[in-house]
Amino acid sequence: MSDLLFFNGLRTLALLQIFVFLTILIFLFYFSRQALAEFGWGFFFNSKWSPNQQQFGALAFVYGTLVTSAIALLISVPISIGSALFLTEIGPAWLRKPVQILIELLAAIPSVVYGLWAIFELAPFVRSSIQGPLAAATSFVPFFQGPPSGIGLFTAGLVLAIMITPTITSLTVEIFKSVPRLFHEGALALGATTWEAIRIAVVSPSASGILSAVVLGLGRAMGETMAVTMIIGNRADISAHLFSPAATMSSVIANEYAEADAGLHLSSLTAVGLTLLLVSLVVNSISRLIVWRYRSFLKGVTK
Amino acid sequence: MNMADVVLEITQFSAGFGKAEIVKKIDLQVAKNQMLALIGPSGCGKSTFLRCLNRLHEETEEAWVRGQVKLLGRDIYGEHTDPVEVRSHIGMVFQKPNPFPAMSIFDNVAAGLVIRGIKKRSYVADVVEYSLKQAALWEEVKDKLKSPGTSLSGGQQQRLCIARALAISPPVILMDEPTSALDPISTSKVEELLMQLKKQVTIVIVTHNMQQAARISDRTAFLLLGDLIEEGPTAEFFTRPKEKRTENYITGRFG
Amino acid sequence: MIFGRGERTQRSILQLGIRPDRRWKNILMLGLIHLAAAVALVPLFLVFYHVIKMGAPALNWSFFTSLPTPVGEKGGGMANALLGSLILVGLGALLGVPFGVLGGVFLAEYGRGKVAATMRFCVDLLSSLPSIIVGLYVYTILVVPMKSFSAYAGGLALAILMFPFVTKTTEEVLRLIPNHIREAGLALGIPRWRVVLSIVLKGAIPSVSTGVILGVARIAGETAPLLFTAFGNRNWPTQLGGATPSLPVQIYSYAISPFEEWHQQAWAGAFLLLLIVLLFNMVARYLVFRTQMGKAR
Repeated sequence: MSDLLFFNGLRTLALLQIFVFLTILIFLFYFSRQALAEFGWGFFFNSKWSPNQQQFGALAFVYGTLVTSAIALLISVPISIGSALFLTEIGPAWLRKPVQILIELLAAIPSVVYGLWAIFELAPFVRSSIQGPLAAATSFVPFFQGPPSGIGLFTAGLVLAIMITPTITSLTVEIFKSVPRLFHEGALALGATTWEAIRIAVVSPSASGILSAVVLGLGRAMGETMAVTMIIGNRADISAHLFSPAATMSSVIANEYAEADAGLHLSSLTAVGLTLLLVSLVVNSISRLIVWRYRSFLKGVTK
Repeated sequence: MNMADVVLEITQFSAGFGKAEIVKKIDLQVAKNQMLALIGPSGCGKSTFLRCLNRLHEETEEAWVRGQVKLLGRDIYGEHTDPVEVRSHIGMVFQKPNPFPAMSIFDNVAAGLVIRGIKKRSYVADVVEYSLKQAALWEEVKDKLKSPGTSLSGGQQQRLCIARALAISPPVILMDEPTSALDPISTSKVEELLMQLKKQVTIVIVTHNMQQAARISDRTAFLLLGDLIEEGPTAEFFTRPKEKRTENYITGRFG
Repeated sequence: MIFGRGERTQRSILQLGIRPDRRWKNILMLGLIHLAAAVALVPLFLVFYHVIKMGAPALNWSFFTSLPTPVGEKGGGMANALLGSLILVGLGALLGVPFGVLGGVFLAEYGRGKVAATMRFCVDLLSSLPSIIVGLYVYTILVVPMKSFSAYAGGLALAILMFPFVTKTTEEVLRLIPNHIREAGLALGIPRWRVVLSIVLKGAIPSVSTGVILGVARIAGETAPLLFTAFGNRNWPTQLGGATPSLPVQIYSYAISPFEEWHQQAWAGAFLLLLIVLLFNMVARYLVFRTQMGKAR
């Protein structure tokens, strides 16, 4: 009898958690409807964002989120995979655990601390040591131009890269560890060098696993708020100049929500939040799908 | 044994991990195009010894070796000898079949060649076909060379691994209990294959199955706790062993 | 040698040894791997270095005890933010820990039905939600009806952020406990709920606590969900139904302000926050270490 009570009590809790998830979706939809009704699909393809003129379009923020995440992935993925290989294959045994703990420590630093550091230490560095030379060297393409402030898409992408590296690294380490050692020895016995054996027996079979880790990192990068808000300059602008200020979906919400007046402005911000939520859900689901398929592949291999 | 026919010459060879000495001062010679079986109770060091012959042993933490191993006259543990180069002259087949995942049957067999930068497609295709025929697998896979290596049965996978080792034409192939993970039918197929193969390649095979050693090998060596107790032509070895300990092991007085 | 055809080519290839470009490529790739690991760690040291260098000097007794002073006046501290953080994290944990642990218990003990599968799915998605979305959600369901920012709202947001994480870690940990322990308890005639709570859960307290501590460490550093739920306050938090300051939010508002003194305070706050989060992490690691030592015995 008491068992049934226990079970039902727990089940209610479980249902409550499902309920919370659903209500998040519902409420966000509900409070976005004003903006969506007003602007329709154009909301997502318009980059003009002006509270004064009651004109709102989310394109600039989607662009900012995508570009900063792309920069973050470009920088972080090679470093993460390399670190994972160091931790599982070629690092000296005594160094592996300490390095792993240190990398995990990167994940423990609060976002606002990263933001603070980025404003006062990273941005000046980017301005003086990266932006100058890079802009001069590539003056024929627009990508590396922009006002010399150190604030903008690039620096935000750089901070994001630092923040998502532990995520991608630890997942990749798990993936590498799950590949049976037997293949590595087989490659060595065939006369492969250390790197060749790693490539054939560890990295190649893990390809989809690595992909799922990258996608997960992407999800984290897109949802990251504080560090990005503090370093991106907060201008609803689409620019090919990677060093110019911009805004992301999460940064505009963080900046404007508390003071937005109810009505179209608030509803538009909620709609931006809804967009962020949906994109984040899709990305995370894709990652889970890839992991699921990779696990079945691995089961077939380790007969 | 005629010195010109000696492929592997092992002199006063010891090996171990850290403080443990697993292989103790072994002197052994392996003749060309013959099969030498290494038998002995579990944990006697036969696998460790085998892995020293292609310098795989040193990939483990705290591994050490002493003594000399000469392959076709060259000391494989010489001063400036690269283990990677040594391994490209000695093949190995493992207890559990290990075709590279995410690679087709064709790519698996060709792996050793591709690593060396041999890319000419027609040549590689010829080598793959020849190796698969040598491994008695060609007929079964010739129509599905592009399918993944892991789609084959256990016995086929092991023959695939043998083909992969054969593709780079090593003078010696080491085999670490190659049939112990296979079912009886696959085992006999592989044994049949090995009987043919040993006329073309020198084979050193570790097995815990004495009957297998008696069936297929030309010479047999008995290892006990790291010492080489006795070595000789297989027929004599099993009918008139010279050492008492050998006789005890063969007749099952201890496992 | 085996080959009839092309035998001479074979022999000459094997005798050449390893091609030098293979050797170089090997050295290069191994070097790059080492470089990657080093590069990954550089920001860690830089952040720590700067936070300590800029924050430690400004961290004095008045920081812990005084309220923020108006712009231009020297001194002042973040005492109100510290108290606020304590309140908010406390509320968040109060709500999030039981939900999280019991949720994990449900998934580990009764984890096979459709409800469990759906819940697992939702928990997974919830744990990957951007934290600002959680703030948005709590704003719409609590701040708007109450017509004010509050510690309740902030605590709820933190709880929602915390419980999926605690659920997942609790489930993982409980799953590790072998079934025969449960069966032994049931065989003795002990009711299921008692077996779960007094035997299984009790035995797992260190590991579950580790998950809880790590969860608390996470929400202690959260800023985004508090921005429009608890909002902030330059004075002591006086009521749970009113705006409540917190350490991360205070750091944020000081950091983006144009005033030099406030920047210094931000660094000090960041130093403190970092210490707190590190402390939690180390306690959690120590607990893990001790459990493993216990198991090894």
